[in-house]
Amino acid sequence: MSNTFPIKNTEIEELERIAKRIRYNIVKMIGLAKSGHPGGSLSATDIIVALYYKIMNHDPKNPNKKDRDIFVLSKGHACPALYAVLAELGYFDKEELWRLRKVGALLQGHPSISIPGVEASTGSLGQGFSIAVGIALGCRLDKLNNWVYVLLGDGECQEGQVWEAAMAAHHYKLDNLIGFVDRNRLQIDGCTEDVMSLGDLKEKFRAFGWDVFEIDGHNFREIIDTVNMAKSLKNGKPKMIIANTVKGKGVSFMEGNVRFHGKAPNEEQLERALKELS
Amino acid sequence: MRYKLGEKKGMRVAYGETLVKLGKELPNLVVLDADLSGSTKTSMFAKAFPDRFFNVGIAEQNMMGMAAGLAITGKIVFASSFAMFATGRAWEQIRNSIAYPNLDVKIVATHSGITVGEDGATHQMTEDIAIMRCIPNMRVISPTDYYETKSIIEWCAKNEGPVYVRMPRRDTETVFSSEEDAKFQFGKGRILEDGSDLTIVATGEMVPEAIKALELLKEEGIEAQLIAMATIKPIDEDIIVNSTNDLIVSIEDHNIVGGLGSAIGEVIAEHGLNKRLLRMGIRDVFGISGSATDLLRYYGLDGESIYRRILEEIKNK
Repeated sequence: MSNTFPIKNTEIEELERIAKRIRYNIVKMIGLAKSGHPGGSLSATDIIVALYYKIMNHDPKNPNKKDRDIFVLSKGHACPALYAVLAELGYFDKEELWRLRKVGALLQGHPSISIPGVEASTGSLGQGFSIAVGIALGCRLDKLNNWVYVLLGDGECQEGQVWEAAMAAHHYKLDNLIGFVDRNRLQIDGCTEDVMSLGDLKEKFRAFGWDVFEIDGHNFREIIDTVNMAKSLKNGKPKMIIANTVKGKGVSFMEGNVRFHGKAPNEEQLERALKELS
Repeated sequence: MRYKLGEKKGMRVAYGETLVKLGKELPNLVVLDADLSGSTKTSMFAKAFPDRFFNVGIAEQNMMGMAAGLAITGKIVFASSFAMFATGRAWEQIRNSIAYPNLDVKIVATHSGITVGEDGATHQMTEDIAIMRCIPNMRVISPTDYYETKSIIEWCAKNEGPVYVRMPRRDTETVFSSEEDAKFQFGKGRILEDGSDLTIVATGEMVPEAIKALELLKEEGIEAQLIAMATIKPIDEDIIVNSTNDLIVSIEDHNIVGGLGSAIGEVIAEHGLNKRLLRMGIRDVFGISGSATDLLRYYGLDGESIYRRILEEIKNK
């Protein structure tokens, strides 16, 4: 699982098929759990699929191999997307997905390092970003040639800690760190710009010394090409990819609907959503 | 008296010196600080190992997150600041990023307690034991003196998992005569003196003050058992259960709510011990500016005041 480019149309189609299956499992597991965050999981799905299926060097059979690329899901509430991908790739038994959030189950409501393939315990917003900065620094101390990826929510960027971490990544010249902001423009209380405006995130990260890219976060070709470009720039700067996405992507009645930020579909909605995703 | 008070030496100096020693032994040891390295003495490590020292600036929350990330890559991480900012500002980062995943991060804070002095209430951390003690996986240690600090820091580096160590700004009298004499035993209180009239349990910089009080009590014919309790979590239950005295006096430079006194109270209550507990410390108030010496007297925590308070307690019994 390393990057192969230029990427073929058939590979893109394959990724789209995988993403649809992942979305199906996301909605199903949240539906069965009767709890969870479908909106932000569905908006982040394509980025996570691209990373694990096309971009990252990792091995489900040897999850601790030293030179692996590391992914930190800082917007931890989107973990159903990560769990579905990890299960599909064989990090743990797929049956675990249907016990999400239940007492005694492997899969916690937010990512925990007790879960195979999960690199950091996250979910309290802002914290995963700092952890990723620490991991990137640690990898550089070990003289590894790997990559560290971190996925933030756009609402998450309201946390002060995000900017402390952004400052540090630039200061330590962590060009082995590639971040994504899942820019779906919605947070639990409404539109990000109404709750606490984020303004121009690109300019903000640029001002903090990052190289910044803006893409369509549902376009596999853009995701993969942009990561490849970011990787080719060994210029001492961390990279941030602002990925414009749609909250609830893939389920018609969840798309752009803030009510599905942190609410599971009811039985009827679950049935409809699964039908759309089959 | 088994132990004599020696000259005043800084626990934070012992911390800096031990980090340098450990840095030579352990190539995967790294140190973080948040713009207070000159005060916390991590600057000594920074000078010796500039490639393994990271000053993250005035950003404690990010420091704790980065500490977690470095630990994930297999480093032994020491993260330092003043007790107020290390534990207060970054509490939730410590809880969620470090303690929950049980990572190998040692939070070593200086400038604990009221004896920070002139800087006043905003810098006098008298709640750190309470807020660290209630986090699962977290161990809490408050060294007795310069020599024990060395032994404790070494123990921290060589035992995996999160620890919180607090130490004062000021230099305090040594209680032990050497590092060997002070050899730290995790989770064990240390009986410094036997006595059959009462038991004094003191922690950290309060141990020398307790020794001063104990000597004054002796002149009155009152024999106190003295326990130095460096490990506050897990608390040494046995040493409290096995104490035969009816009166226990806890002494800490910390709020009496949630600290050493509370930990001892929990042991007494859970074991149904027929003992009275007098908690000496900061009595649920914010501090004020002043010199460390004047403040100890003001809050009744210098040797003389402790002696008088205990005398009163025993006479009114």
